[in-house]
Amino acid sequence: MTMAEMTEANGSEEQLPGNAGLGVTKMPGPKQTANGGSAVAVAGQHIELGQTIGDFRCENPYIVAENVNVHYGDNHAIKNVTLEISKQEVIALIGPSGCGKSTFLRCLNRMNDTIESARITGKITLGGQDIYGKDLDPVALRARVGMVFQKPNPFPKSIYDNVAYGPRIHGLATDRAELDDIVHTSLERAGLLKEVKDRLEEPGTGLSGGQQQRLCIARTIAVNPEVILMDEPCSALDPIATARIEDLMDELSQDYAIVIVTHSMQQAARVSKRVAYFHLGLLVEVDETDRIFTNPQHKLTEDYITGRIG
Amino acid sequence: MQSTTLILILAAMSVVAFYAGRRRSVALVGGPRQGSVLHSLPGYYGYFTAIWLLLPALGVLLLWLFLEPTVIVALVVRGLPETYQSLSAGELNLFVNNVQNLAAGDAISGESDAVLSDAAARFLAYTATSRRLLATLALGLGGLGGTIAWRRIRPDLRARNRVEQIILLGLIAASSIAIFTTIGIVLSVLFEAIRFFQKVPVTEFLFGLNWSPQTAIRADQVGSSGSFGAVPLFTGTLLITGIAMFVAVPVGLMTAIFLAEYSSQRIRDVAKPLLEVLAGIPTVVYGFFAALTVAPWVRRAGESFGFDVASESALAAGLVMGIMIIPLVSSLADDAINAVPVAMRDGALGLGSTRSETMTRVILPAALPGIVGGILLAVSRAIGETMIVVMAAGLAANLTANPFAAVTTVTVQIVTLLVGDQEFDSAKTLAAFALGLMLFVVTLCLNVVGLHVVRKYREQYD
Repeated sequence: MTMAEMTEANGSEEQLPGNAGLGVTKMPGPKQTANGGSAVAVAGQHIELGQTIGDFRCENPYIVAENVNVHYGDNHAIKNVTLEISKQEVIALIGPSGCGKSTFLRCLNRMNDTIESARITGKITLGGQDIYGKDLDPVALRARVGMVFQKPNPFPKSIYDNVAYGPRIHGLATDRAELDDIVHTSLERAGLLKEVKDRLEEPGTGLSGGQQQRLCIARTIAVNPEVILMDEPCSALDPIATARIEDLMDELSQDYAIVIVTHSMQQAARVSKRVAYFHLGLLVEVDETDRIFTNPQHKLTEDYITGRIG
Repeated sequence: MQSTTLILILAAMSVVAFYAGRRRSVALVGGPRQGSVLHSLPGYYGYFTAIWLLLPALGVLLLWLFLEPTVIVALVVRGLPETYQSLSAGELNLFVNNVQNLAAGDAISGESDAVLSDAAARFLAYTATSRRLLATLALGLGGLGGTIAWRRIRPDLRARNRVEQIILLGLIAASSIAIFTTIGIVLSVLFEAIRFFQKVPVTEFLFGLNWSPQTAIRADQVGSSGSFGAVPLFTGTLLITGIAMFVAVPVGLMTAIFLAEYSSQRIRDVAKPLLEVLAGIPTVVYGFFAALTVAPWVRRAGESFGFDVASESALAAGLVMGIMIIPLVSSLADDAINAVPVAMRDGALGLGSTRSETMTRVILPAALPGIVGGILLAVSRAIGETMIVVMAAGLAANLTANPFAAVTTVTVQIVTLLVGDQEFDSAKTLAAFALGLMLFVVTLCLNVVGLHVVRKYREQYD
C-alpha cells in the first residue's frame, strides 16, 4: 500500500498541482461519497478524490454496490466504491493496471472468496438480495452471475462436455435430449455452432483462441445467468476474434446485464452504454459512454482517456 | 615424488598460470582501461592458460598411474631366474604378490629368500625411477603447455569460447558417468543371467511354480539339485506391492487433494515438511517397525477375528511399505494437481461448481495422467523395495494370494542368495542375477510408462 500511496501522491502532484486534498489518504465517510454524485463539478475545476462524480446511480438498478471495500492482506484494493448497474445495459470498467477494476468485478460473483487474504466490507445486492448475506450460497450466486475470463479457459474435455458442464452440475436438463438442446442453443447464441457442429466430441482445447473464448461464453450462458462478468475477454485475442466477441456482447446485452473490464478505450466506446473509471481503488467517474469520452468531468479520467496515464 | 605432492605442485603452478595469463592479456592491450579491446574478459585468458597447463599434466599423470603397475611387474618378472619364468600363472601371481608385500613392508606368505628380496629391491628401484620420470614428465608437459598457451594470448584470441568449450566437455563427461555406469550394471547383470540360463532353462525360471534354490555343494552331499521357478517370488512381490498400493494410493491421493485444494496455507506449511520427514525415514527403520510392531499387531488382530495369521505376514510388510510410499504418492499427486492451471479452477467455480465438483469433475480428470504416472513410479519403488520385506516378510516361497500367509519377494531372495557362502558360479548365486535382471526389466517398463504418461500430460495445455 505504501507504494500505491506514493504513486498516488506523486502522480497527483504532477497532474493537479496545488490540490491539497489529493495526497490525503483518509477516505470520506460513506454518506459523503453517496452524496458525491450531486456535487458534479464543472470540467477543469478541482474535485475531491474519493468522491465519485457522474451518474453512479441509475434507473431500475439490478446490482447495487454500496461502500464496497476490499483488502488483500494490508493492501486496500477497493476504496469505498458505490455503483449501481441496471439489467439492460453493458457497463465497462476502465482504468490503469492495478486500479481495482478486476477486483471489483470479482466481488460481484464472490470469486474473491477463493483468495485467502481477501476481506470484503460493504454491501452488494443482486435483484434486492444481499449477496454477502449469511443465507446466500456463493455457489448458487455464481450460477446466476456468470464469468468470462481474460484467457480462454475451456476444460480439457470435449466441446459438448464443456458446454454441458454447467447444466449437468446444476441439474438443468432431465434427459439427454434436453441437454443436447441446451448445448446447441448456447453454442448458437455464442455464434459458435456453425463452426463446431460437426465436431462436438473433439476437445475444446483444440479450437482457436477466439473460438475458445466463444466456447467459454457458450459455457457461461448455458447455465442461464442473469449477469455476465467479463474480465478483459479480448485481451488474448486477435482483432477479428475481438470484433466477433464484441458483436456477441451486443446481442447478449438484450438479455443479460454485462459488466466488462477492458484496457481498450475503443472497446469500451464500442460496446458499453456506461463507463466507470477506476483509479487506485477509487471509483473516480461514472457516466454515459459518450459523455465520458467527449466530456470527462474529472482531470484523472481525462488524462487516462487521452493516454496520459498508462 | 608422491603423486599428492605432484598434484599440489601442479595446482600451485596453475594458479600462477592463471595470474600470468590474465596479466599478459591486460598488458598486451596496455592496461585495464583498454579491456574492451580484448575479445574476452581478462579472467578467461587466465583460465585458458591454467587449463592448458593442467590438461597435459593431468593426462600424463592419469595414464602413467594406470599403466605403471603392469609395466613394473612385467619388468620385475623379466629379471627373474629361469625357474621362476616357467611357473604357472597362478603361482607367478602369488610370487609377484609377495614381492609387492615385501616391498611395502607387509607380511608375506612363506619364507623370504634371496630371489624374493632381490626382486623386491628391484621393484622398489623401478617404482622410484618411475615416479621421478613421472614428475619430470608431468611438470615438463604442464609447463610447456602453459607456456605455449601463455605465448598464444593475443587480444583477438577467443579465450572465452575456448574455455567454455572445455567446460562443456567436462559437463558432458560428468553426465555420461551415470549413463555408462547404468549400462555397465545392466551388462554385468545380463551376462551373469545368461550364465544362469545355461544351467537352468529360461522356461523353468519364468513359469516354474516351485522355488527352492538349495543346490548341493559337493557331489556326494545329500540334497536336492534345486528348483528355480520364479513365479512364487513374483506373486509374492505382487501381493505385497498390491497391499502397499492399496494403502498408499487412497491415503496419498486424499492427502494431496486436501493439501492442494482445501487446507489453509498454515496447515500446508506444517504438513508438507512433516510428509517429507516421513519420506526421509530410512527403510531399515520402517523394516523393524514392520517386524517388531506391526506384524505382531496384525497377528493378534487377525487371531481375534479367527484368522490364522503367520507371524511374518504379507499384510504387515505391505501395510508398512504402503505407509512408506504415502509421501511419494502424495507429493507427485500434489504436483499434478497444482499443475492444473488456476484458470481451470476459476472457470469451474465461476460456473457455480462447488469445491468438490470442481475437484472431481475438472481438476482430477485434468490431473489424472500425472497422478497415474506418479502411481506407476510408486509401484516400481514398491517392487524394488528391499529392507522392509527382508525384515518383515518371510523366506518361504509360498504360491498364495492370502495376505495373512508368509510370502517372499524377489528382492528378499536376491539378498539371501548372495549373502550365503556359495561359490560364485553355482546356479544358486547366479539365480540372483537372473532375478535382478527380471526386476530391472519390470521396474524399467513401469518407469518408462510412468514417465511417458507424465510427459503426455504436460502437453495437454498450451
